Amino acid sequence: MAAPVPTIEKRPAPPRGPEGPPEGGRGRGGDGEVQPVTPATPAKVFVWLFVGTVIVLFAAFTASYLARRAQSGWTEIPLPSVLWLSTGVLAVSSGALEWARHQGRRGRLAAMRRGLSATLVLGVGFLAAQVVAWRQLVSAGVYLSTNPHSSFFYLLTGAHGLHLLGGLAALSYTGWHVYRTRDTAQALATADPTATYWHFLGILWLYLFVLLFWV
Amino acid sequence: MAVTHEVAHAEHEHPQSFWKKYIFSQDHKIIGIQYLMTSLFMALIGGFMAMLIRMQLGFPGLKFYWAQWLFPGGFSGDQMKPDFYLAMVTMHGTIMVFFVLTTALSGGFGNFLIPLQIGARDMAFPWLNMMSYWLYPPAILILLGSFFVTGGAASAGWTAYPPLSALRNAVPGSQLGQTLWLLSLALLIVAFLFGSLNYITTILNLRTRGMSMTRLPLTIWALFMTAILMLLSFPVLLAAAIMLLFDRHLGTSFFVPGGLIVGGVPVSHTGGDPILWQHLFWFLGHPEVYVLILPPMGIVSEVLSTNGRKPIFGYFFMIGSIAAIAILSFLVWGHHMFTSGMDPLLGTAFMTTTLIIAVPSAIKTFNWLATLWRAKIRFTSATLFAVGFVSLFVSGGLTGIFLASPAIDIHLQDTFFVVGHFHLVMAAAALFGLFAGAYHWFPKMFGRMMNERLGKIHFWITFVAIYATFFPMYFAGTAGMMRRIFSTQQYQFLQPLAGLNAFISIAAFGLGVAQLIFAYNFLYSAFRGPKADANPWQANTLEWQAPSPPPHGNWGATLPVVHRWPYDYSVPGVEEDYVPQTSPERAADTVLGADEAASLQAKPRGEET
Repeated sequence: MAAPVPTIEKRPAPPRGPEGPPEGGRGRGGDGEVQPVTPATPAKVFVWLFVGTVIVLFAAFTASYLARRAQSGWTEIPLPSVLWLSTGVLAVSSGALEWARHQGRRGRLAAMRRGLSATLVLGVGFLAAQVVAWRQLVSAGVYLSTNPHSSFFYLLTGAHGLHLLGGLAALSYTGWHVYRTRDTAQALATADPTATYWHFLGILWLYLFVLLFWV
Repeated sequence: MAVTHEVAHAEHEHPQSFWKKYIFSQDHKIIGIQYLMTSLFMALIGGFMAMLIRMQLGFPGLKFYWAQWLFPGGFSGDQMKPDFYLAMVTMHGTIMVFFVLTTALSGGFGNFLIPLQIGARDMAFPWLNMMSYWLYPPAILILLGSFFVTGGAASAGWTAYPPLSALRNAVPGSQLGQTLWLLSLALLIVAFLFGSLNYITTILNLRTRGMSMTRLPLTIWALFMTAILMLLSFPVLLAAAIMLLFDRHLGTSFFVPGGLIVGGVPVSHTGGDPILWQHLFWFLGHPEVYVLILPPMGIVSEVLSTNGRKPIFGYFFMIGSIAAIAILSFLVWGHHMFTSGMDPLLGTAFMTTTLIIAVPSAIKTFNWLATLWRAKIRFTSATLFAVGFVSLFVSGGLTGIFLASPAIDIHLQDTFFVVGHFHLVMAAAALFGLFAGAYHWFPKMFGRMMNERLGKIHFWITFVAIYATFFPMYFAGTAGMMRRIFSTQQYQFLQPLAGLNAFISIAAFGLGVAQLIFAYNFLYSAFRGPKADANPWQANTLEWQAPSPPPHGNWGATLPVVHRWPYDYSVPGVEEDYVPQTSPERAADTVLGADEAASLQAKPRGEET
């Protein structure tokens, strides 16, 4: 190896003594340690960044909602009763997903698959209940353009539903992946980010529910 | 997803079909070049529109024999219609901001440089990266297609303020053209979000051994912050665009107030708030101008340090000021809205946050100057454009201080003073950063050198012409000439500005023609230029350790290991005036043992966990 060359790099004192290998780099093996610290996988970083993006999107909708409510023409729409059911279904689906991951951590991949399937079915059920809520409002004569509150109701539930479709796709992919793999770590590596996103969608729904009818 | 792509990486030596290698490629370098080439093509279109605008403004009543043939709907007889002029202004702004500068700087250089400069084989999610690029051409087709629908292209300005943009019968461009504009932008936003997610994940997770965050080249820091800005600002525009589409087509009233009468017909909407759109738009819009200017700042830091053969001055202050600018950019959007009936107290708050941005901007400027201070500067084309960037950033940025003050801004709002300001500080400066980057990294992209003589001719004509075009706009604006005005002959008090406008137009034509030199140089050199060696500029960063152009997978069998920061130029006691980042620095590296180090490096990624 070539002779060491001096540097004019200015930096804080090295975290390890001068005897150690080059320091730095949180990336896999980039830490300079012989046994690299396991960093967050790209999928985990990705899902949190994506959650951040969706939060910004709904923050913009929230700001618009609050600003628009201060203007004229705001009439409260009735709360479709089926929303209580859909909220419950989504909460149970998050529970089922946690159960699936719990089984996965114990190496029971078959049970994990069943849990994931249950989550998927409950997710579809939630979407169906949301459509029923739309039908309830339509039959009560409340349409998208009826008043600003109804516009926001359809807009926000619709936007949430579209993100939930993405969540269903992620769940299906996870289920398929768990079905193919025999390796618990790999199954969890896919299931963990999916769970982060799915739980986020549940919390987002609770937030929207409160924003739309209780704020 | 994470698991599958790593397997694909381990076996990167597959021969690939032309289709997979160059068209639907998942290789970050090809995607970067695709982004860059498509953006340059869009720059030709956006530039052509600028020429039409300047022909109309410089020589009102000019006969357009030939352009008439291209856009039959835009001309009556051989005169340009005012509607078409407004569509030109709108599309020129939209194309240049979103479809040229954002895509070329963030999409082009971001994709090409990030994995290479951090020592990765590719992006974290290559497939998503490919999708990011392939949403861009459809967005272009929808945008350009809007010229050929009833009513023509959108004409509500690049800011698309409602009610002009919300009511379909407001002006001809408010018909289908505006809808297509919104859809095109929504597609492009999704492309940007895919890209940004990828950039951040890649920079956080795929850095090679020894590449700590504080050893990243400033290009990467700038692109990293840019990606964060895009991730936090573009969803807001997406939300606004969705609501505007609802207003246009589904009868909602988010942005349209009641009591409007358009063409004698009362509008059915009630109670919406057009100012709300402005808030949402500018919450994106102001970070967006930093999305355009941060990557050039990174590029310029890199180019000036390399060609000045000196370490960048104030590396940590450079990172800090990039971060400060990024944070502040979210707190200043109101300075675009001083005349919207804003509470003066709020206006003062926005003035304060805006003025604070001058501090990190000045830190960066002085650091560049200090980097060049007593440097042995190599005046390559890239260096010239980088120095030109600093000049434009200062001369354009100083007028930003004027505009930040509500008292002055209310007078200058929507005049050519503003047009001159943002063209110099945002458009021209970003363009110079783009050129500096193109000349600097061209050898790495195509394995060939660009013609330096043509590059210098290109620089000098562009530099003179860009000042001659945009600086007089300050005078036109101070004299009261409105932005987006169709003709200076409409008002008596503007008629004396005819000569000034003719001068601006002639300078603009010179500017336009000079870009053909670049286009020729770029295309000719890509195929016929002299072969470039791996490190033609004797630079330190990692990409210059790979062959030119780098192979698929970038690094052959082993990843590079980083031992130092990227700015070890002219280190005392070293024979060469540069020390690559891979050059070992301490005896400690040999303690590990060459075999052990080699075995660590040889280990393919993904097998360690």
